[in-house]
Amino acid sequence: MTDATVAGGDKIRCDACPVMCYIKPGAAGACDRYANHNGELVRVDPHIVLERTVSHGGRLVPFQAGGDWDGKIVHEPNVFVTAIGAGTTYPDYKPAPFIVSSEVDGVDMVTVVTEGIFSYCGVKVKIDTDRYLGPETATVRAEGEAIGHVTTSEYGSQMLSLGGVHHLTGGSKKEGRVTCDALMDLSNCKPVELTIDGGATVVVQAGYPPIVNGVAEERMRVGCGSATIGMFAKQWHGKVDEVVVVDDHITGVLSEHQAGKLLDIPDTGIKMKGRRSTPGRYFQVADPGTGWGGTNISDPLSVLGPFNPKEARPGLTMLMVSTTGEHAAYYELDEALRPIQKQMPPDLKFSVERIQENCEPALCTVLFMGGAGGSLRAGVTDNPVRLTRSVKDALTRVTSGGAPVYVWPGGGITFMVDVTQMPAGAFGYVPTPALVAPIEFTLRLSDYAALGGHMDHVRPLASLRDNTETRQMPYMPGGRA
Amino acid sequence: MKRLPQIALLPDGKRLHLQDGPIDLVIEASGSEGEVRAAYEAAARRFNGLLDELCGELTELRKAADPACSALRGVVARRMYAAVAPFAAGHFITPMAAVAGSVAEEILGAMLAEARLDRAYVNNGGDIALHLTGAEHFAVGLMDRPDHRGVMQTMRIDAGDSARGIATSGRHGRSFSLGIADAVTVLAKTAAQADAAATVIANAVDLPGHPGIVRLPANQLQPDSDLGARLVTRSVGALGEGEIDDALNAGVNRAQQLLAEGLIEGAALRLLGETALVGSTGIRASALPGFHESPLEKPAHV
Repeated sequence: MTDATVAGGDKIRCDACPVMCYIKPGAAGACDRYANHNGELVRVDPHIVLERTVSHGGRLVPFQAGGDWDGKIVHEPNVFVTAIGAGTTYPDYKPAPFIVSSEVDGVDMVTVVTEGIFSYCGVKVKIDTDRYLGPETATVRAEGEAIGHVTTSEYGSQMLSLGGVHHLTGGSKKEGRVTCDALMDLSNCKPVELTIDGGATVVVQAGYPPIVNGVAEERMRVGCGSATIGMFAKQWHGKVDEVVVVDDHITGVLSEHQAGKLLDIPDTGIKMKGRRSTPGRYFQVADPGTGWGGTNISDPLSVLGPFNPKEARPGLTMLMVSTTGEHAAYYELDEALRPIQKQMPPDLKFSVERIQENCEPALCTVLFMGGAGGSLRAGVTDNPVRLTRSVKDALTRVTSGGAPVYVWPGGGITFMVDVTQMPAGAFGYVPTPALVAPIEFTLRLSDYAALGGHMDHVRPLASLRDNTETRQMPYMPGGRA
Repeated sequence: MKRLPQIALLPDGKRLHLQDGPIDLVIEASGSEGEVRAAYEAAARRFNGLLDELCGELTELRKAADPACSALRGVVARRMYAAVAPFAAGHFITPMAAVAGSVAEEILGAMLAEARLDRAYVNNGGDIALHLTGAEHFAVGLMDRPDHRGVMQTMRIDAGDSARGIATSGRHGRSFSLGIADAVTVLAKTAAQADAAATVIANAVDLPGHPGIVRLPANQLQPDSDLGARLVTRSVGALGEGEIDDALNAGVNRAQQLLAEGLIEGAALRLLGETALVGSTGIRASALPGFHESPLEKPAHV
């Protein structure tokens, strides 16, 4: 422990060592070990880096737990050796730009196969929003460079496909570098700003809501406009004459909708723009955008034509709401049958809140996808194709940073993993450019020997405990992930 | 309260770790077991009190070096001064620019005085003093971004080469840089010389007045910085390919001067993904071991 004296302003003077640094709030001293946190001298723990970067030898090996391996694929669910940090020998626990180390086979600087270098890799990004991000196949850019494209949208979500070998190595040098940086940041759960040609700017961070054109998305829609009518028709019945749920895909109209018909809700003379699909369901009431319900409108009345005087009457009440409940307005028709916005009655406000309550929080999710079919396997076995077959036969379980992966059927070992399940900072890069990702193969020792494994490099798990970081994993699925 | 330096073997049982205040050394020696033990004991002995020795002259060490003379007395302080003196006539430089390399050299010297070693290094946060004999060599990995993982290239230094010091300077490191280089790695005859030269060359990789480069007075960030109110680089915005070339070329010109003056053996300059090489660097553009599918790009310049 050490003391510090407050010296002028909110600088403090550290006396941990004779350098006696003056340290500003939020900054660290020359050693990077002590910092000024709101006027207090605190020790900044360097050991995380130490634990992460300590080298643990040069080969991928299966780990024998405590010497009495019983052949179970997952012997100790809480202890799992990840490949993170296994890839490079990194003797200094301060980020040193230069490394000298004496290691395996006459090569001083060793990079091992357990941190695979993936030239064939990318991320699939699911963005929970109905807001229009851009047309399908539109180019997605980071720092102005093309790094991927908009792909088919999914339920309540817009999907991006980023990276891949063509952007990494097929374009200009800068394109490759920017793609690599963006993939690595997305995979390490850092925020990345993406712009979509002919569309929006969106900040994507795995596990966080998307920020579309500067506005953080809060909710996924509860359903399309028609589904929303179906879900809430009974709750609206008797409280309001008409409900329009504005949605970019299918806008719903209560009085015309099958749900309204079943409740004997009378016609209201409402006239919708857009193309009618089936009664009470309208396509293309407006253009896609970032306004109401994923359309480009800010005034919901713009999707309505004049009310039909044969059915409409002065005083008729109408609720207009978006599929997330984020936008809502209440109207009454005046003598000229024009909708006039009024304060929303409490029970309708309650129904809007109920829509919001039923929406799931909007998130960005990032799946890393990489192919481990090539030379990486040679670090595991003398006969690489046996490893591939072993994975296919479910004898070998593949994980990435300890997280479960989905291995695509077909050739190679192409897998997908949810980056939020992986430990922090699991991904790196090489300037090829390509991403470095952890990959572990877990299998029975006997199976390992049978497929030509490097048996002379097998080490007991206990030998790693002293110098590696042990983390609790969210869960460890048994069998084939 | 008595402050004790940290002295321990790293978990691999081979490398020695010494830490005291901002000094952080990773050391490895090869030779017979007894010689290695003697070398490590000598390193630990010399390390004790070294920081206090330096701090006794810290005020003077933080002042601009006078090219003609110096009042510094300590052996490490004198070495720091000697390393920066060749640069002091033309530019502002303090002996602190060579502190890491000078300390590494001092510890390596203490080890070699007590033990016969085949090969050894003292790595002080990336500034490294080397010892090589016979047919020994070192393979060294280069990184341009300490915050990113992965080795960019490797260089090989043989016992027959003249370089015994390596240092890297750039804007991502612990020290401030006046330039914009991501990393400038220098090979020189001594670690202290490499340290000073890396600082000077990294400062020269620059685009003065470029609006995309954010600079702040050093003492606003670190009140007692030896750089005072000089502007240090905090961030570098997007640069065009031509601008990257211009900045690198400025650094290359400086490095070539130093090479001609015999102050360095070689340098590798890295900025925003582009590399420039000067002199002999022993850089191999071949694939890293084990990754035959992903050959590294050859350096683009020179």
